[in-house]
Amino acid sequence: MAREIRETLDRKIEDHFGAISDLGSIVEKAIKGSVDALCRRDLELARKIYTNDQVINKKRYALEASALITVATQQPMAIDLRILSSILDIAGELERIGDYAKGIARIAMRLDDLAPFQDLAQIPKMAEMTADMLHRAIYAFINLDEESARAIPEEDDQIDTLYNDVYKELLDLMIKDQKNIDRATFHLWVAHNLERAADRVTNICERTVFTTTGELIEFDRSDDEADAF
Amino acid sequence: MNKFSIQNYSLQYSDGTESLRNISLDIPVNQITMIFGPAGGGKSSLLRVLNRLNDLADVTHQSGKVLLDEENILSPKTNVITLRRKVGMVFARPVVLPFSIRGNLTYGLEVAGEKNNDLLDLAVETSLQKAALWDEVQDRLDDPAIALSGGQQQRLCLARVLALKPEVILLDEPTSGLDPISTGKVEESLQDLKKDYTIILVPHSVQQAARTADLAAFILQGDLIEVSSGDTMFTNPTDQRTRDYIQGRFG
Amino acid sequence: MKYSSKLRYRRQKFGFSLLAIISFLTIVPIAAVVIYILVLGAPALNWEFITGFPRGGMREGGIWPAIVGTFYLTLGTAVFAVPIGIGAAIYLSEYAPDNKVTQLIRVAIISLAGIPSVVYGLFGLGLFVLFLQFGTSILAGSLTLSIMTLPVIISTTEEALKSVPQAFRTVSVSVGATKWQTIQRIILPQALPGILTGVILGLERAAGETAPILFTVAAFFLPRLPSSPLDATMALPYHLFVISTQVPGMPIKIQYGTALVLLVFVLGMNIIATTIRSRARAKRQW
Repeated sequence: MAREIRETLDRKIEDHFGAISDLGSIVEKAIKGSVDALCRRDLELARKIYTNDQVINKKRYALEASALITVATQQPMAIDLRILSSILDIAGELERIGDYAKGIARIAMRLDDLAPFQDLAQIPKMAEMTADMLHRAIYAFINLDEESARAIPEEDDQIDTLYNDVYKELLDLMIKDQKNIDRATFHLWVAHNLERAADRVTNICERTVFTTTGELIEFDRSDDEADAF
Repeated sequence: MNKFSIQNYSLQYSDGTESLRNISLDIPVNQITMIFGPAGGGKSSLLRVLNRLNDLADVTHQSGKVLLDEENILSPKTNVITLRRKVGMVFARPVVLPFSIRGNLTYGLEVAGEKNNDLLDLAVETSLQKAALWDEVQDRLDDPAIALSGGQQQRLCLARVLALKPEVILLDEPTSGLDPISTGKVEESLQDLKKDYTIILVPHSVQQAARTADLAAFILQGDLIEVSSGDTMFTNPTDQRTRDYIQGRFG
Repeated sequence: MKYSSKLRYRRQKFGFSLLAIISFLTIVPIAAVVIYILVLGAPALNWEFITGFPRGGMREGGIWPAIVGTFYLTLGTAVFAVPIGIGAAIYLSEYAPDNKVTQLIRVAIISLAGIPSVVYGLFGLGLFVLFLQFGTSILAGSLTLSIMTLPVIISTTEEALKSVPQAFRTVSVSVGATKWQTIQRIILPQALPGILTGVILGLERAAGETAPILFTVAAFFLPRLPSSPLDATMALPYHLFVISTQVPGMPIKIQYGTALVLLVFVLGMNIIATTIRSRARAKRQW
C-alpha cells in the first residue's frame, strides 16, 4: 500500500481548496441574494444575508488558521507555498466581498423605510455578472487554470461600463428632483459595492496567475473613477 | 486511551550523561507521538526505556513507573523478551543482520521458536508490504540484505519489526541517514501504520516533527518542557524555551 | 616557504624508498631459511622417507612415526585447548562484568602467555606425568601443549568476537532474542573465520614446540606407532633435535629432510589459515 511521498501535504491542500470553494459559494450566493432582496424588497432575505456575514467571517478565519498550520507543519516549497499563500490572500478577498454583500443587504433593509424604489436594470445585471465572474475565478484557482484566470478580468470592463451608466442615471435623477437624493445615494452605494466586488474578483485572478507562474501581475483596470468625474 | 503512561520517571547513567528528570508523559494509542529536542537531551534514553533496551547500558539509577497498558514494565517480574516483541525498535542507522532479506525478517520469529515455513513466508510478505518494500525485493528475497540501498535497508528494518506483530513501534531518528525521497516514503508509511500501531518517534529535525506529529513532547536537557498536539506545538507553543528551539534560536 | 615543494617531494621519495628497502629486507631471512632447508633437505624426500620407519640408528629409513606423533599431539592439543579456549573467550567477551575478578582472569591469561616453553615442559612432567601418573604419554603431552596454547586461542577468539559489530547484538536483543541466542546465531558464525584462523595458528605453534614435549611425551625411538593416548610417541621437533645432536654421523640430508617436513607441516597450516581469513573477508556481510 504505497503512498505518494507528500500525500499528507497534498491532502491538506485539497482540503483547503475545498474550503475556498465552499466559502466562494457562500459569498457568491450572498452577492446575488443581497441584490435580489433589494430588488424584490424581501426584508427577510436581506436580514438573513446580513447576519450570515458572521458565518463568512468565521469560515475565513478557520481557513486561515488551518492553512497556517499547514505551512508551519508541512514546510511547503515552490508552487505548494504559492498555493498556500494565495489561499490566505483569497480568503481575505472573499471575506471582503462578503462585507460588500452585507452592505448591500443593509441598504436593502434601510430602503424599505423610504418611498417606492427605483428600477435600475444595471444593478441586478452587475450583480449577476459579478457573481458569475467570482464563481469562475474560484474554479480557475482551484484548478490552477492560468488561461481562464487571465481572461476573466477583461469582463471587469463591462461592469465598469454598467457602473458608469448607473452613475449617470442616478445623477440625473438627483438633479431632476431633490427628494430622490436619499434613495439615489443608497443605490449608488450598492452599485459601488458591486463594482468593488468585481475588482476583488480580479485580484483573485491575479493570485491564480501568481500561483501558476510565480509572477505577480496587475490586470489593467480602466481608470473609471477618474472618468466618472 | 493511553498506550504508555510514564510517571515521574528519572534515569541516571554511570557517567552522568543523558539523564532524565522526573518525566511524566502519557502516550496515546494509534497515534504518532514525537519526542523532540536538542541533541543530548535524553530523547533516545526515554525511547529505550519503553522496550527496556536501557538494560544493556550502564544505568546506575532509575525511579518512577512506566506503564504499558496499565502494567509497569520496570518491575523485575516483567518478561523482557515478550516486551521487546510487543514494542519494536528501528534505529538511526539501518542495521541489517548478516543474513538474506528473508533471513532478516524471519530472525525474530525463529528465535521465538517459529518453525512453520508457511507462516514465516506469510510474515515475510506481509511485513514487506506494510513497509512499502515488497515490490522492490519480492524476487530477490534470498539475496544478502547488505546489498540493498540505505533507504531500502531502513525499510527492511521497519519490516523486521513489523514481522513480530508488535503493538508499538519506536523509531530513533529513523531517517537521519536517508535521502529525501526515502525519508518521504518512510514518513508516509507511518501515516498508514498508525492505524494499527502506536508510533513513538525521535525525529532528526524540527521539520520532521512538525510534518508527522499527532502529539509532540519537547525534551530539553533531561526535562520535559512541554507537551501538546502537533498543530499547536509548531504554531503556538507556550513555553519560551520551546519557542526558541522551534524558531531555531538555539539547538 | 622554508622548504620548497620540490625538496619536500624528494625527501618523501627518499623516506619511502628507505622503508621499501627495509620491508624487502625482512623477506630475506624467511627466504633464506626456506631455501636453505629446501635445498639441503629435498634430496631426502622420497616415499620411503615419509612413510617408513627409521633404521640403522635413524641414519636411514623414514620418519613416519614422528609425523604421526606430531599429528596426534596436534589433535590432542586441539581437543583440550579449543573448547576451553573458545568457551573462555566467549565468557570474557560477552558475559564477564567489568570487575576485579575479570581483570584477574585477564592478567592470568597474559601471564600464561609469557611462561617459557621449557617451564611448561617441567610443569607437565610434574603434574601430568608424575603426579597424575599419566606417564610419558600423548595425553600428558597434549595437556601440556594445550595449556601453552590457551592464551593464543583465547585472545584471538576474543578479537574475532569483538570484531563483530556491536549493532548486531543490540538489534538481535531488540527483536526479543536472548544473549545466548544472539551468540549462537549471529556472533559465533560471523566470528568463526577469525576464530579458526586463531586456532590454526595456535595449533601450528604447538606442533612445532620441542621443550614442552621433551619430558612429557617424546620418545627417542619407538618401533611401533602409538595405539592409545597413554602411549609415548615420537614427534618431529624432538626427532629433529635428537638426530641433529645425539646421533653421530647423521647424514645431512636426513636432518634437513626432517626439518623440511616439519616446515611444510607448519607452513601448510599457515597457508590454510590465511586462505580461510581472506575468503571470509570477501564474503563478509558487514
